[in-house]
Amino acid sequence: MNISNLSWPKLQDHLKNFSFVLPAVLIFSIFYIYPFFDIFRLSFHEWNGITPTMKYAGLQNFRELMQDTVWWQSMGHAAYITLIALTFQNVFAFALALACDREIRMKRFYRAVFFIPPVLSEVVVGFIWQWILYAGMQDGQHIGLLNYWLTKTGMPHLVNDWLSDPKTALTCIAVVHSWKGFGWGFIMLLAGLQTIDRQLYEAARVDGASSWKLFTDVTVPMMVPVMLVVVILTVLGSMQVFVLVLSMVGQGLGYHTEVPVTRILSAMTGTNRFGYACAMGVNFGVILIMVSVAFKWLSNRMKQA
Amino acid sequence: MGMNKYVAQRITKGFLIHMLLIIFAVTCLFPLFWMLRCALMTNETVFTDKSFIPQVINLGNFARAWTEGNFAVYFFNSLLYTTCVVAGIVLVSSLAAYSFSRLDFPGKNFFFYMFVAAMMIPLPGSFVPLYRLMTVLGLINTRIGYILCMINVGLSMSILLLKTFFDKMPSDLEDAARIDGCGRLGIWWHVALPLARPALAVIVIFNSLNVWNEYILATLLLNDKSLMPLQRGLMVFQGSHSVDYPLLMAGLTIAAIPIVVIYLAMQKHIVKGLSSGAIVG
Repeated sequence: MNISNLSWPKLQDHLKNFSFVLPAVLIFSIFYIYPFFDIFRLSFHEWNGITPTMKYAGLQNFRELMQDTVWWQSMGHAAYITLIALTFQNVFAFALALACDREIRMKRFYRAVFFIPPVLSEVVVGFIWQWILYAGMQDGQHIGLLNYWLTKTGMPHLVNDWLSDPKTALTCIAVVHSWKGFGWGFIMLLAGLQTIDRQLYEAARVDGASSWKLFTDVTVPMMVPVMLVVVILTVLGSMQVFVLVLSMVGQGLGYHTEVPVTRILSAMTGTNRFGYACAMGVNFGVILIMVSVAFKWLSNRMKQA
Repeated sequence: MGMNKYVAQRITKGFLIHMLLIIFAVTCLFPLFWMLRCALMTNETVFTDKSFIPQVINLGNFARAWTEGNFAVYFFNSLLYTTCVVAGIVLVSSLAAYSFSRLDFPGKNFFFYMFVAAMMIPLPGSFVPLYRLMTVLGLINTRIGYILCMINVGLSMSILLLKTFFDKMPSDLEDAARIDGCGRLGIWWHVALPLARPALAVIVIFNSLNVWNEYILATLLLNDKSLMPLQRGLMVFQGSHSVDYPLLMAGLTIAAIPIVVIYLAMQKHIVKGLSSGAIVG
């Protein structure tokens, strides 16, 4: 469009129309776009967060990051949590959505209850479970409810220091994360199931298809798009989990519950290496984008097939 | 005979399905029940008494949390932040979405897709440059700084959802208002916003949950105890040596109850929001 061809009233009109989006564009530019570019700039610098000047470091932060075993370990931990969320959480979410996708009593009650954990904050959820998994003893009796029940039901050999033991801490976090998250998947999968045309089921049933055949030949193919959305959201959400880690085990003791975002946080607030923290953020962001692009590519392939 | 077998099979199947659903429902509710139960106990009994209903119900923890635990301040702050941020998001995003949907100006698509793109690109660690920016702007440890940051967090999703809604909404009433001499700002306020109420409800509920539960920016941007919201205030308990568990559980209850109540009251909007796909992207 050539500005000089615009008449004054027309230009005025456009300006007025633009003024509607101006507040949004301003807030967005200051608090999203500027930090978005700043994170790249900072990642090439060494900066302690206090001094007014920062030192240019080139690719030094990224080079160091490649050698940082704790960083890659934390990536592995996030991948482990994601794997448990993808299997454990989503399988249950799908099974429960299937169970509710029929004429069943108390459907609305179940739906309401399953979505309660997702609306709670990670801080609240983390503290409640930390208390249930508590490992201390008093007067010869376990304080934490889980250990207490294990003893009472004749399984004292299973009693454990759940959140301090490096073998169980991460799994506990992953299970609590799945507990908190399965309601999302459940609601989205249920909404997807309800868009499937009932006549498809009727037609297949008239043709003599069994329930299992109905499931594999009608339900699953129709649900592939919704399932892929749930999978991508689960991956992006679980990889970036960290508040739950902070509220369940805090930051400290060893590295066995570190995840990428807690590493970024401790580089920033712990060792005051803001540039290094930004390099971690850039590195992690690129990995996440690659993962979601891979899933999109996969979903396109599946649609063509 | 065959009919009976069929009926019996159906009943067994129904029973098993209900069993599965009930087990999960209990799993969802029990931790909350346990939190509430422990909030009603005393420091002497909370470690040893494992009965489901405590013999002595002690409401004193809530009073202690409210005053000693500083939860009155945290609660007021959470309420203030949630109200201001949600009101800000509704105003700013509905203005923008209305213009994107109904009005015209050069570069409209560019600006719209800028907001959409922000939803697609994950940016972990963006709190580091944001912290720097807030320090430079002198907005660190201020209410307005935190509120502006949180308005920005909810903008993209809200604009996308509202624009989709406006696109589907017939414009007859707006045209009528225009003929009657109503300006675009008047049409937005008097005609479009009231008609968009279903979409606004979705935006209000999702952003309220998001702000009420937000933790990381509240931690990095607010240092004064008098400015902290609930989630940040609760974290004071993490890592301290002798945790006052009944007090903590009372604090958790104070943080959890409002959100559960709002959720139960506005449930249908949540289901609608999640199924509409706008949240999903």
